[in-house]
Amino acid sequence: MTDLTAKTIAELREGFRSGEFTAREVAEQYNTAVASARALNAYTIETPDDALAAADAADKARGNDELGSLAGIPLGIKDLFATRDVDTTAGSRILAGFKPRYESTVTANLRKAGAGMLGKLNMDEFAMGSSNETSAYGPVISPWRRKDGGNAALAPGGSSGGSSAAVAAGIAPAATGTDTGGSIRQPAAFTGICGIKPTYGRCSRWGIVSFASSLDQAGPMARTVRDCAILLEAMAGFDPKDSTSLDLPVPNWEAGLSSDLRGKRVGIPKEYRIDGVPADINALWDKGIEWLRDAGAEPVEISLPHTKYALPTYYIIAPAEASSNLARYDGVRYGARAESSGGLDEMYAATRAAGFGAEVRRRIMIGTYVLSAGFYDAYFTKAQRVRTLIKQDFEKAFEQCDLILTPTAPSAAFGLGDKSADPIAMYLNDVFAVPASLAGLPAMSVPGGLDEMGLPLGLHIIGRELDEQGVLNAGLAIEERAGFTAKPKRWW
Amino acid sequence: MSVTNEQVRHIAKLARIAMSDEELERLVPELNNILGWVEQLGEVNTDGVEPLTAVIANKLRLRDDKVTDGNCRDDILANAPVAEHGFFAVPKVIE
Repeated sequence: MTDLTAKTIAELREGFRSGEFTAREVAEQYNTAVASARALNAYTIETPDDALAAADAADKARGNDELGSLAGIPLGIKDLFATRDVDTTAGSRILAGFKPRYESTVTANLRKAGAGMLGKLNMDEFAMGSSNETSAYGPVISPWRRKDGGNAALAPGGSSGGSSAAVAAGIAPAATGTDTGGSIRQPAAFTGICGIKPTYGRCSRWGIVSFASSLDQAGPMARTVRDCAILLEAMAGFDPKDSTSLDLPVPNWEAGLSSDLRGKRVGIPKEYRIDGVPADINALWDKGIEWLRDAGAEPVEISLPHTKYALPTYYIIAPAEASSNLARYDGVRYGARAESSGGLDEMYAATRAAGFGAEVRRRIMIGTYVLSAGFYDAYFTKAQRVRTLIKQDFEKAFEQCDLILTPTAPSAAFGLGDKSADPIAMYLNDVFAVPASLAGLPAMSVPGGLDEMGLPLGLHIIGRELDEQGVLNAGLAIEERAGFTAKPKRWW
Repeated sequence: MSVTNEQVRHIAKLARIAMSDEELERLVPELNNILGWVEQLGEVNTDGVEPLTAVIANKLRLRDDKVTDGNCRDDILANAPVAEHGFFAVPKVIE
């Protein structure tokens, strides 16, 4: 029997449509694969019946002109997306047992395109983390291991760590992710897969558990650039239920794929050459520049002078928005309520102390402080002013170039526990990812090679707003030249 | 600027997070470490720079003043930790 879990979404689509195999066979193979990989802790809940039901509907509809673009494709769904009557916890104890009576717009779009759901994917609590270690359900273990024989458990990146591990391990052909400050791109880089965060507003935020609303964007994580294009087309689109949703048609990104980059200028920001980045990563960056040159693009040096202020800006704005968004978890309307002997205020405080993990509490405290009377201007307004400067940096740079190429992360996957004692060390892992988030720009990570320990490294492409096509095309040019075929050796 | 134990206790109260003395002691240096790190923004000259309000230029839309949903009380209460007689139930607040 053919191993259908080895196929890309484009291949599954083709094979299903031509009758080479049925959607049910695809779903069954994936359900078996999911159940045999629980050691990774990638799924918080498995929904094999959902995948089978969608597959049966696809098989029944085959031959019909109106077959959705994802008919016959089962997907993993990050547990930040509300899924009707299926546990939606955002990796938090405080949402234990929450079964929404509604479906997020993005997952509804995927279902409308014919996709089924294999299960909900583990993640850092409320998407706050870069290693998946803040999940109330325990960390996801990366399928990758260093080639030193030490068998150390590695982080799959975060916050979409369940998504990255599942796609890399072949227990989902692709998955949804969300990216607030790198949460699609850094885990994609750590696990040797592709992931794109579109322009802010392309994907509806409706039904996605909010973290920092001015930054949160959904996007796909998949094995190839083409698969990302296919999925993003299905996920994106105007939604009147999200006030920041962009009322624009969804381009045909897949049809527009082309790795011919003649006439494109690729900006190389000098501020992204920072101390402490391993030589392997800078070497891959140089290779990436050569690959894009080979595809016809012209590299140009650019400057993004406020780069070093992006992370501190982010760590004011994101916690501020989070402290406001997470005020809704009060033990009244949904989720868990802690027992307390006192009145309503004591119940709120006890519920929130018991329900939120340490990193979430820390960020709520910072956010509450920077928004509190007397400190608001000094911290929050100041950060919003610097955010304007960061956005202007990109606007000026894009007068000289069409795309920007950087490494995705300043390290390969680190070991579980290596950074969890030092919040700032963890935050620094998103140094290359956060500026594009603050500016709302589309950005993608594509695997470029392996480091000396045999771990994947990613290249990061940032585009002008709404230029997902340019980002995907540069990603394709890198993918074709990098020839990245490495897979984690199965140990789970 | 650094925060004191007393300030952190006040922030915890604003954030409605119960906190033991031990946790408070642990959190004060952690918060000061992070606040000290973000204070490097003070180096940036932002005179005359407007705070960013919309990351992608977009007009807030108005919708027709029409009822578009409702009649879903049971759905809304379905996930309540305690619901009684069609209402959310909370600890007694009036003696």
